[in-house]
Amino acid sequence: MITQPDQAALLLDMRDIQKRFAGIPALAGASLQVLPGEVHALIGQNGGGKSTLIKVLTGYHRRDGGQVLFEQRPFEVGSPHEAQVSGISTIYQEINLVPLRSVTENICLGREKRRRGLLDWSAMHAEAERLLSRFSIRIDVRRPLGDFNTATQQMVAIARAIGFSARLVIMDEPTSSLDEREVSVLFSVVRQLKAEGVSVLFVSHKLDELYEVCDRVTIMRDGHTVRSAAMSDIGKLELVAAMLGRDVAVVDGHATAFGARDRSRIGDVLFTAQGLSAGQSVRNVTFDVRRGEIASFAGLLGAGRTETARLVFGADRLKAGEMTMERASYHPERAADAIAAGMGFCTEDRKAEGIVPEMTVAENITLALLPKISRNGILNEDRQREIVARFIRDLGIKCSGPNQKVRELSGGNQQKVLLARWLAMNPKLLILDEPTRGIDVGAKGEIQRLILKLADDGLGVLMISSEIEEVMEGADRIFVLREGVSVAELEGQAANVEDVLAAMAHGGSPVEAAA
Amino acid sequence: MNSARLIGIVGTYGVVVALAALVLFGFLRYERFLGFFNVMSVLRYNSMFALVALGMCFVIMTGGIDLSVGSVAALGSVASALASPHGIAAGVAAGVGAGLAAGLINALLVTRANLMPFIATLATMLAASGSALLLAGNQSVSVSYDSGFTAIGQGNFWIFPIPAVIALVAYVVGSVVLNYTSTGRTVLAIGGGEDASRLMGLRTDRIKFLVYVASGCLAGLAGVVLASQFGAGQPIEGVGWELSAIAAVVVGGTLLTGGSGSVMTTLAGVLLLGILFNILNFENGLGWISLSAYWQSVIRGLFLLVVVLLQARLTGRRGSWPATTSGP
Repeated sequence: MITQPDQAALLLDMRDIQKRFAGIPALAGASLQVLPGEVHALIGQNGGGKSTLIKVLTGYHRRDGGQVLFEQRPFEVGSPHEAQVSGISTIYQEINLVPLRSVTENICLGREKRRRGLLDWSAMHAEAERLLSRFSIRIDVRRPLGDFNTATQQMVAIARAIGFSARLVIMDEPTSSLDEREVSVLFSVVRQLKAEGVSVLFVSHKLDELYEVCDRVTIMRDGHTVRSAAMSDIGKLELVAAMLGRDVAVVDGHATAFGARDRSRIGDVLFTAQGLSAGQSVRNVTFDVRRGEIASFAGLLGAGRTETARLVFGADRLKAGEMTMERASYHPERAADAIAAGMGFCTEDRKAEGIVPEMTVAENITLALLPKISRNGILNEDRQREIVARFIRDLGIKCSGPNQKVRELSGGNQQKVLLARWLAMNPKLLILDEPTRGIDVGAKGEIQRLILKLADDGLGVLMISSEIEEVMEGADRIFVLREGVSVAELEGQAANVEDVLAAMAHGGSPVEAAA
Repeated sequence: MNSARLIGIVGTYGVVVALAALVLFGFLRYERFLGFFNVMSVLRYNSMFALVALGMCFVIMTGGIDLSVGSVAALGSVASALASPHGIAAGVAAGVGAGLAAGLINALLVTRANLMPFIATLATMLAASGSALLLAGNQSVSVSYDSGFTAIGQGNFWIFPIPAVIALVAYVVGSVVLNYTSTGRTVLAIGGGEDASRLMGLRTDRIKFLVYVASGCLAGLAGVVLASQFGAGQPIEGVGWELSAIAAVVVGGTLLTGGSGSVMTTLAGVLLLGILFNILNFENGLGWISLSAYWQSVIRGLFLLVVVLLQARLTGRRGSWPATTSGP
């Protein structure tokens, strides 16, 4: 499937790149070929290996195998500094600059201008202003970077990268924090770079952008390159299908443990959201969840799924839109409001936001519950034991006992502990963000059956998953989000995978919501 | 001028205003406060702390900490006292050399072994303290009065105490390095975001290595001044110096978390704490109240607390200390 451009003409040639983290492969046979003076798109789902591939290229990570040629010469760099000197500049996904320091320093550090051995500040300020003027940005470059908004900071990062007279500029999701006008300014700079013979490696999840500015595309999945083609030779639908690892033509049998549902158990409306918006990532999202129903968000990375969930949970501030919970108006100011209203939220990042690895299973399960099972600050240990024992039994948490440290459990069992923590609070609506990510296949099935059982017991579930099978087979209703807008509502299970993919790719769906 | 900028200016130059206010207070209240003798002895005595605080300032600006400075100064004082019979140069070389060795160890532990600066320099602090006692045979080591070594601590350059001149030169050099070299700007960049700095292609480990070595050398130099000024290498001196140095740096408006700071206001911080101590002594002399050394510690601690709380209040609004200057 991988088309091979003329090898002699390549600017960058990465072949069969391998990289493991703690024994787990992040890259397994990834390849990437970039021509001089082209804009090359690099796309793939979360965990597909794009960021790792970029960090291997720029020397941030050392590769375990494979070869890299840059300008036909073997390319071995040990640090981003060496990569920069060799002609590869990178703008990382999170703006990796220093907010406390001035705009000038953020642009010029690493290639300072000197006069008689000392820094020539006026020349450096002028240089910073000159580079920013290419983006029609005029700001006081002496002020700390942190004083400016995200879009300006992004432009500063780009100004820094192109200031190094690079032959390859890597942009990792450069538009995620830019508005439309800023994006068009960025694109004109990309075209300018291209005209000057500089290649751009462009990572983005916004498909329209790729078609607007890119010449060729490389698609990654599960750490390897699945396809490489000219943008004009590949349709949006094909692109999405390749990213998700789903052959458009084939809809195979059951890939998950979600069985057929008894839909009669689905009750009345529990939660509604109307026209939610909060800046760039969430612009207009409408959906609802019924009691005993599994509702699901489908969408590409950056479609605003997690961001919407955070709004619902009061973790981020809503700008516009209305929500109701159990038919009452609902305006969460903070997560505590959401919990009080009967919501739970299992986050995507178990390690960072969920479990406390050094605490025991019992402590982790009852962490949020402590005020309820304490009297005058003294913990009622009998009640704690009783609750913990019940959840270990009901959810089938495999551990040596309530006092085992959570760190020692497998990913699947850690996820169950996290589920137990929320279930112990008796929620009415449970938000699950990527509930089976990073969990082995057997445990995945268990978690999926558990979610099904919870819904059968009357819990409303909002499930976010990047695995299309999980959404297709698990959800009763699917809300497709695209670039922060809910573009389609489809009946789950009955829905056709092509419709979902089409909605993710184009926005509209050929067969509008079945309802 | 917007409010954020104003807050930044108050944060940075507040120490200068406070210093001026304290001097005025002393001048109005005590007869001999601005007398030649008192001014020169304050400068002479505090130059040791100034040298230590300068090194600490650079370390803190990278987001690190150097707890070893006090015992490294003690070690430096012993080493220079032992070498003092061989002349000024030998004495200085021995003291600074001892500091250099300790600084190298810190630098290696932090950049190569990837230890937390807190732990690495704590270990060096204990080791240096032990080495000083071993080297000195558990007692003060008298310096040679014949070799001219005592001039470094006790002599004058024109009318100014030589240690104060040394400290001033060190601060001018430090200020130029911070504001007019890429090394200095990288120090601040690392403190503002080490990972980001590395991804920007800056050589973070090299610069961190340098600041710990510099801090060690400056602490060793402070030890030379200590031995020369008091006529003996003192293995048990230096206790709590690291805290005084951290206090001076923070009072001088440098962010304890790194990324923003200034060399010259650190000097003002050193003087502020030194003059506060001086004023407490005068107050004792007036006889209205009798303050033991312990009480003076308590008062200095409270003073530091107030400054840090003020800083937190000013910075809390923005979550970060607004840098006033990005170089001239």
